[in-house]
Amino acid sequence: MITTYRDALAQALREEMQRDDRVFLMGEEVAAYQGAYKVSKGLLQEFGEMRVVDTPITELGFAGVGVGAAMVGLRPVIEFMTWNFALLALDQVVNAAAKMLYMSGGQFNVPIVFRGPNGAALQLAAQHSQAWESWLAHIPGLKVVTPATPADAKGLLKSAIRDDNPVIVLEGEMLYNTKGEIPDGEHLVPIGVAERKREGTDCSIITYGKMVLVALQAADTLAAQGITLDVVDLRSVRPMDVPAIVASVRRTNRAVVLEEGWAVAGIGAQVVDIVQRECFDDLDAPVIRVHQADAPMPYARNLERAAKPDLAQTIAAVKRVMYVEA
Amino acid sequence: MATRVVMEALSPTMEEGRLVRWLKHDGDPVVTGDVIAEIETDKAVMELAARADGVLRRQLLAEGASAPVGQLIGVIAATDEDIASLIGAVAPAAATPPPRAPSATPGATPPPTPRVAAAVEPPPAPTAAPVAVAGNGERVRSSPLARRLASERGLALDAVAGSGPAGRIIKRDVEKRDVETRDVETRAAAAPLATPAPASPAPAAPSPAAPAPAPPAPAPARTVPGASTAGDGYRDAPLTQMRRTIARRLSESIGPIPTFYLTVDCDVTRVSEMRQAMAALDDAYRVSVNDVMLKAVATALAQHPEVNAHWLGDRIRYFERVHIGMAVAVDDGLITPVLFDADRKGLRQLARESRDLAGRARARTLTSAEYTGSTFSVSNLGMFGIEAFTAIINPPEVGILAIGAVEARPVVQDGAVVVRQRMRLTMSCDHRVVDGATGAHFLRTLRQLIENPLLLVA
Repeated sequence: MITTYRDALAQALREEMQRDDRVFLMGEEVAAYQGAYKVSKGLLQEFGEMRVVDTPITELGFAGVGVGAAMVGLRPVIEFMTWNFALLALDQVVNAAAKMLYMSGGQFNVPIVFRGPNGAALQLAAQHSQAWESWLAHIPGLKVVTPATPADAKGLLKSAIRDDNPVIVLEGEMLYNTKGEIPDGEHLVPIGVAERKREGTDCSIITYGKMVLVALQAADTLAAQGITLDVVDLRSVRPMDVPAIVASVRRTNRAVVLEEGWAVAGIGAQVVDIVQRECFDDLDAPVIRVHQADAPMPYARNLERAAKPDLAQTIAAVKRVMYVEA
Repeated sequence: MATRVVMEALSPTMEEGRLVRWLKHDGDPVVTGDVIAEIETDKAVMELAARADGVLRRQLLAEGASAPVGQLIGVIAATDEDIASLIGAVAPAAATPPPRAPSATPGATPPPTPRVAAAVEPPPAPTAAPVAVAGNGERVRSSPLARRLASERGLALDAVAGSGPAGRIIKRDVEKRDVETRDVETRAAAAPLATPAPASPAPAAPSPAAPAPAPPAPAPARTVPGASTAGDGYRDAPLTQMRRTIARRLSESIGPIPTFYLTVDCDVTRVSEMRQAMAALDDAYRVSVNDVMLKAVATALAQHPEVNAHWLGDRIRYFERVHIGMAVAVDDGLITPVLFDADRKGLRQLARESRDLAGRARARTLTSAEYTGSTFSVSNLGMFGIEAFTAIINPPEVGILAIGAVEARPVVQDGAVVVRQRMRLTMSCDHRVVDGATGAHFLRTLRQLIENPLLLVA
């Protein structure tokens, strides 16, 4: 069935809430307003206000409520209106949720999902245009998934809700309206398993989240020039699917790592670390990263466009690693 | 103050030098102008002089190793001066391996089995495997993948031209080089001789050649230039700077095999007399001029291993044994059956074998082992009345001898014109291996043997 990324997430929530009455949704505007991005549309009516809970604008507070609920046996899904607001809640995410199992000596696991849009949309300016995956993936105790397609959004959110550990679901604000095929019936995508979204022999693009769409565009553009790209969608950035990365680079001998966020200590750095170590003798060129400009996101439309990683930069990077004149 | 000792440009065209010998050692006091080392440039062995007073604190290049011009090879400083920052990551000389990588162990390779399609044996990659250091000691920029591929395919990285940034050798360069090597093999197998002619036991083309299958015991080793790696029946000599430069420059000049030709006019009157005398004894002793030539060439080669060799791209393989390829014309083509260990066979045996091989070549019943493995080739168009000609070298061999017709010609002898039996020999030489004088020495020996055929049994 063709559906939007937004509806795919809604399906996942509905199916899991139907399946397990310990699952509940909590966050700003998730109930009466039906969700800031309408992901929770209809859920209040179906499940009632005990399971679809509006909160005050207190990210740290309701994140903490969620962790406590998870510790006593519920399976909360905490929606952040955007991950930019979740900075305030990171103490609960990093110091409580991620460490509880360890620090309680295994007595308390925290089966919680923190989800919401991540990364830059359009002209939301410096404070609201940030990609947080490297911050979150840095933390032992967290799993971090970054679905790019409706099918992966549904399958990964369902797997996240069923996971007994805290899972971060980073959605793409610009992805909510994108459409794609979702398999009928129960659809789960395992956490930590990448998907080869396009098969090619000339260069690997390793990416995740919204940038997968850019990679596929690049693949289409370059295919017309006789260059075929092997597009690896990590889908989860923690744990990371090392065998999938290695297999792709061994096929192509070249890699471009494409990510939405900043370069320093980014996810791409982690990928490059894997590639240089596992694929050293397979590399015919240095690995090149494509990422956001190392600056706060500008508000001005032209500057914002220049700061974001895009199709042109991706194609240029592929040509560089292939030693082809741009 | 510490002074860097670097590889200096000791000839105008020198790009790198090989350190032949250190004359000062770690801890030796030196004054400016002292000769501290001998460096082999592309032209000669030169002296490297100290440019400062002090103590040669550290040798940073092993004897026998090469370094590009400008590379730090030593440090002169006061006895107690801290030179750690100058040395940096450069390993001490003792730890610097000679530029040939130890991994491929070419010398230990057993003689390859005869092959039909491959005239050029891919050299075991002495430079590829673990580090990207060329045979000349210079760092070769290459991708890890290119190094691995080169190693797998037995290509020397320094024989590959890099097309990546700053000359980096990448996958496509290795693949291109691999294809070129195959092309050379194909060409070598297809068109080795200038003059294809329909007849027998005559013209012909050296056919694919590879190191021989191993019959009897190896002959005693003979002197050829260069320190070398011994194998079973051959010795691999690393290329000297001069040899490398000669090979590169001459190849640029005249294509893949820089060939030159040497012609010598021999008096074969005594050969004719000897043949007549033998035939008069019994038909069993009947031998052809060609048989005598094979014997003479084999004997001369045994005395001149410097032309009994293969050019392998990054080194020269000098053979201890003499296997002569004998070009034979067959319908629509040429083939070069091999007389193995020809220098150790008698004239009658060579006559028998060459007749047998030529006959079976025309009947197309030779096995591949019988036409591969030659170390030098001979082509004879004399029976067609060809006075002199040039034959084309069958790579990786480095020489071929073209034998012209025996003719009665007037020559001046002791101040008088007399009629003598004469024959012209033309040797094609691969200048990467054989220099003019080298070829000339070989031909001089050959002529002496032909003009005094008793030496063939001496």
